[in-house]
Amino acid sequence: MERRTFLTTAAIGAATAATGVSVPALAQGKKAVIGVSIPSATHGFMGGLNWHAQETIKRLKTTYPNLEFVLATAGAVGKQVNDIEDMVATRNIDALVVLPFESEPLTSPVKAVKDAGKWVTVVDRGLSQPGIEDLYVAGDNTAFGRVSGEYFKANLKPGAKIVVLRGIPTTLDNERVDAFQAAIAGSGIEILDMQHGNWNRDKAFQVMQDYLSKHKKIDAVWAADDDMAIGVMEAISQAGRQKEMWIVGGAGMKEIIKRVMDKDPQIPVDVSYTPAQISTALEVTALRFVSNTPVYGRFIIGSTLITAENAAQFYFPDSPF
Amino acid sequence: MSDLTRSDAPRPSVAARLPGLSALGPLLALILLVALGATLNENFLSAGNITNVLARSAFIGMIAVGMTFVITSGGLDLSVGSMAAFIAGVMILGMNALLPSMGVGLPLVLAGMGIALGVGLLAGLGNGLLVTKARIEPFIVTLGTMGIFRSLVTWLADGGTISLDFGVRQFYRPVYYSGLFGIAWPIIVFAIVAVAGQIAMRHTRFGRYCEAIGSNDKVALYSAVNVERIRLMTYVLLGLLVGLATIMYVPRLGSASGSTGMLWELEAIAAVIIGGTALKGGYGRVWGTVIGVLILSLIDNILILADLVSPYLNGTIQGVIIVLAVVLQRGKSSSA
Repeated sequence: MERRTFLTTAAIGAATAATGVSVPALAQGKKAVIGVSIPSATHGFMGGLNWHAQETIKRLKTTYPNLEFVLATAGAVGKQVNDIEDMVATRNIDALVVLPFESEPLTSPVKAVKDAGKWVTVVDRGLSQPGIEDLYVAGDNTAFGRVSGEYFKANLKPGAKIVVLRGIPTTLDNERVDAFQAAIAGSGIEILDMQHGNWNRDKAFQVMQDYLSKHKKIDAVWAADDDMAIGVMEAISQAGRQKEMWIVGGAGMKEIIKRVMDKDPQIPVDVSYTPAQISTALEVTALRFVSNTPVYGRFIIGSTLITAENAAQFYFPDSPF
Repeated sequence: MSDLTRSDAPRPSVAARLPGLSALGPLLALILLVALGATLNENFLSAGNITNVLARSAFIGMIAVGMTFVITSGGLDLSVGSMAAFIAGVMILGMNALLPSMGVGLPLVLAGMGIALGVGLLAGLGNGLLVTKARIEPFIVTLGTMGIFRSLVTWLADGGTISLDFGVRQFYRPVYYSGLFGIAWPIIVFAIVAVAGQIAMRHTRFGRYCEAIGSNDKVALYSAVNVERIRLMTYVLLGLLVGLATIMYVPRLGSASGSTGMLWELEAIAAVIIGGTALKGGYGRVWGTVIGVLILSLIDNILILADLVSPYLNGTIQGVIIVLAVVLQRGKSSSA
């Protein structure tokens, strides 16, 4: 009950703030605290995600002075569980936005937050029990694989030979690869090889070197990730076979988007899987505390084909990713 | 430094200490792997593939040679992978910063190399001083610095990737991709490091002191060996070799990130042990380390070229071969 009344005050506060009038309503209402728990920036994609999280929090704080944010980044599962417990115990958060490091171990700590009557937004990786979160925001791994596969199908002749680099063995990687294979089914495209490059430049470089010694003719490479695409490009140029094949990566790294914009024949397109999904999660969660907008449910961000025509809207030159 | 370079007469005990056939275990394993690779894929022995495998072994190889001295003298260094990433990051940032004043050219690349060796030396010195002066277990010291270097490079990269300026990279690129008489530079440098390491281990006072300290540091101390200084020197040497490896690594992809050099420390340690050096110290074999490094790279290469098993099982095959290579050489002594 107390929450309801508080919400109205918060909404009024926001409305007055937006119109630029002085905000007496804020003085009596307490601030809403949103806890944000995400993995630390250990690789490119998470680096981008951390950057987008910080930028969005900065922007939301200026827009809605009655919102307060607590950001914690964790390098391991145990640390993330501790962070969440600390947020509830010491910062008295009203909402939790969490990107779980791993689904299983985070499920019960997040459920405890929900049981304490807090709002829960889960980002990117689902929890292992359904129905805990109020809002789920994620990229679409199946679409990621499908969109890539459809591009291959549309741009290669039957009998064309391709090689694939996979990520770290995970459900997420399986979903992408299965969708890719389903999308090219019946096209006559032959997958010569599929090995794990672990979403890592160096590993992808070595795997591609070995593909190139093994196969005399390769028409295209599905690198499935922009970091891996960079390693693949380097291996191809070492072998001097740039003219022979094109590469499709994925995610939306700024260097790769730039090449798509510049119409590099080696990187004709990219497929989005954006780290900016954390911004969506934060913005939508914030709406819950500053307005009556209903934000329950699932928000799935589509994976789209990035071409030279639409690349500009995916290009963030200031982001580290 | 005089005892590093001065060569003594070969010890009479060397021949007696060679455990005969079992010392050839890793060599045998290497030959078997090459034969296996050649039968599975006709491109395995092509010049291109051999160059690829040797050149990518070079980074871990140079580090593993340095690691051989650290382990022989009873130490350990877990920080080398993170250190390589950190050095690469600092080197790239340094070269990018110097670019406006120096322009693209040899002086800039030399300055970058100087930075890499300097940072490597300081990092090794830090590890060494913490082990010898602060008297902390090497495992703990280097576990700590491993985390420090890794997070520093992530911080320098702002969680993303540090990239070398495009023009500089085009100029610097041949250091990895071209070579002398058809042999790539990383392979040449690795070979020089390996030969120098073998000579230092077998024919200098420094190598002998390392083995003496590793077998019993008290006895070594009573025999007027400056134990602390030798130990410190092994860490500094390793730091310098990590710097050298980074010099060869940076031109390959021209970038460094939080995931650069991931698990290199374990690969280097595994190579040292496969090669016949005792993990508890006291005996080191540099040529064995080189074979260990080649075995590790070949397994990876063969698994991809041959397509024998599900890629999920690559790690299992690697693990089995590592253990087998060690069993081959230790079988006799453990049953005795």
